[in-house]
Amino acid sequence: MIDYIRWVYQWFKGEILAIPGRVIAVVFFTFLLLLPLITTSPSTLRFLIMACIFAIFAASWDLLAVTGQVSLGHALFFGSAGYTAALINIHFGLPAWITIPLGGLSAVVVGLLAGIPALRLRGFYLSLVTLAYPVILTGIIFVFPDFFGGEMGLIGISRLSGSRVGDYYTVVLIMAFSGFIMWKLSDAGSKVLRTGVVFHAIREDEIAARNSGINTVRYKLMAYAFSGFFGGVAGGLYIHFIRIAGPSSLEVFFSVQALLWAVFGGMGTIYGAIVGVFILFPLTEYLRIYEWGEALRFVIVSLVLIFILLFMPEGISVWVLDKIEIRCRRCKVVNIATRRNCRTCRAPLRLEREK
Amino acid sequence: MLERILVNGLVTSGTYAVLAVGFSLIFGVAKIFNMAHTALYMITAFLIFVGTNQLGFPYALSAVVSVGATIGFGLICYALLFDRVKVHQTAVMIISLAVAMLGQEILLLTLSGHYRGIAPFVTGSIDILGVAVLYQHLFTVLGCLATLFGLWALLTKTNLGKAIRAVAQDSETANLMGINVSRVCLITMGISAGLAAVAAVVAAPLEPLHPGMWMLPLTMILAAVVLGGLGSIKGSVFGAIILGFAETIVVTAVPGGSFLRGAVSLAAMVLVLIARPEGLFGVVFEEERL
Repeated sequence: MIDYIRWVYQWFKGEILAIPGRVIAVVFFTFLLLLPLITTSPSTLRFLIMACIFAIFAASWDLLAVTGQVSLGHALFFGSAGYTAALINIHFGLPAWITIPLGGLSAVVVGLLAGIPALRLRGFYLSLVTLAYPVILTGIIFVFPDFFGGEMGLIGISRLSGSRVGDYYTVVLIMAFSGFIMWKLSDAGSKVLRTGVVFHAIREDEIAARNSGINTVRYKLMAYAFSGFFGGVAGGLYIHFIRIAGPSSLEVFFSVQALLWAVFGGMGTIYGAIVGVFILFPLTEYLRIYEWGEALRFVIVSLVLIFILLFMPEGISVWVLDKIEIRCRRCKVVNIATRRNCRTCRAPLRLEREK
Repeated sequence: MLERILVNGLVTSGTYAVLAVGFSLIFGVAKIFNMAHTALYMITAFLIFVGTNQLGFPYALSAVVSVGATIGFGLICYALLFDRVKVHQTAVMIISLAVAMLGQEILLLTLSGHYRGIAPFVTGSIDILGVAVLYQHLFTVLGCLATLFGLWALLTKTNLGKAIRAVAQDSETANLMGINVSRVCLITMGISAGLAAVAAVVAAPLEPLHPGMWMLPLTMILAAVVLGGLGSIKGSVFGAIILGFAETIVVTAVPGGSFLRGAVSLAAMVLVLIARPEGLFGVVFEEERL
């Protein structure tokens, strides 16, 4: 027992405490989990729930972007899963914990259907074709207003859980869990999963990846399926939370917002997308409190976007991690930037001459 | 019905063509994915509105001043923002999108979100083969044609045009041949902004003006540019004509078609791209084909 605790402590010290980025992540999630002890005001919880849902959505966009496929129509997954979950919930009366995974699976199907034609396309051609999908789906929804509820959307969807705090914990835990899975899937250094390094290889050079014997088609479709599933889970959570499934979740601007959040936070890193949402979304929402903020908030948000990306074009989280972490040149272990020697191999971290 | 489709289709596709060509030009030369391109169009339209309706200047004067102001704005954006982060293409995309949002919000704050209109530049109509065509429509179509012809002449007949095409083809080699690449990029940005402004001059009196008017044209010109093949000016014009007519036919001929105007054109684009992934006039190098 003591040995076991010591092992956990050693693991925690070596894998979490020694790496500043992970310390920040752990502190952040602990804060989210403990927050209802401090305040249970419905408005704060409501806006954190929305932030968590959008974080899943932006991270799922990022998972696709890891393979180099910049999608401009990610709302397709969010919206189609939302409509599926809503229709199942209304017509069959199934509870949220069944409809949300079913919505996610429907988004997987949609993702594969969308991904197969997109396999022939690359770069901006791909982005534009993905932009078209949600617009086409919106057209279909308006053509059958009786079934899809038309412009007003579908109403009468059941609640996520009994209370606001219950909703909050559900969403936070799903966010933490799916964020972790997506990060593992895209982590090029993972020793368990091959997907991360393959995804990065496809982004860097697809032809070289093919020549190395990687079935790029399978991995690209896999990226679509995973991205679709998590985007769909976000969509299902969203409609069960706001309890209306409308065409606004398929808007072009909503798709673009995923890209905006993820690129602001740091593209291709997953945690960057979550950071981006948790900086930009509260900024937009908190400005609404003030009278001047209500009118000026998008001006301020666009100025923030312009200035941050001008000085940190790779995203805010990449920039910050670059300042606080340093990777050992010899053994590739991540160290805190204040150290002089690597914590495992003792090699000097910086190559200045000793005075 | 048929003559309505023909006239409106020509007007829509002409405007889209001028916009798409400007977008395609700056993308081909400087590799900048300028999401603020239609925002420049919107800004010009609103400047003309302020000039004619609020300050009472004649249309021609306010048009010239607004075109100049828009080109200046485009150049400032390029020099201060896009040029600095050019290597990070998605960052450029987001920054230009933020510029467009900024333009929209500033217009919303200063002029509020009502729908507004500009009085037609020329009134009256003419009979062409038994069809009454408004002078304004004629002015728009002829203006677009003249602009496209002028651009074609600039690109093929002058030294500047040769330099622009050289940079678009291979900027490193162009640099080695003694072309000042950064200056050519700056000039191209000016031309691109100017094209967006000219599109507004000829088409603004036909459109209701509001601060969200940049979104639909942006989607459509992106689709047109990709449909024709990225970096091909000829392709952008043809893409714009195809999408402009597709949109007009759906809006006028199909009941409830205005809901579907974006959907049908974009579905057409998807079908073309699945059949021909490099677009109608795009070029793919052999080693890049997958």
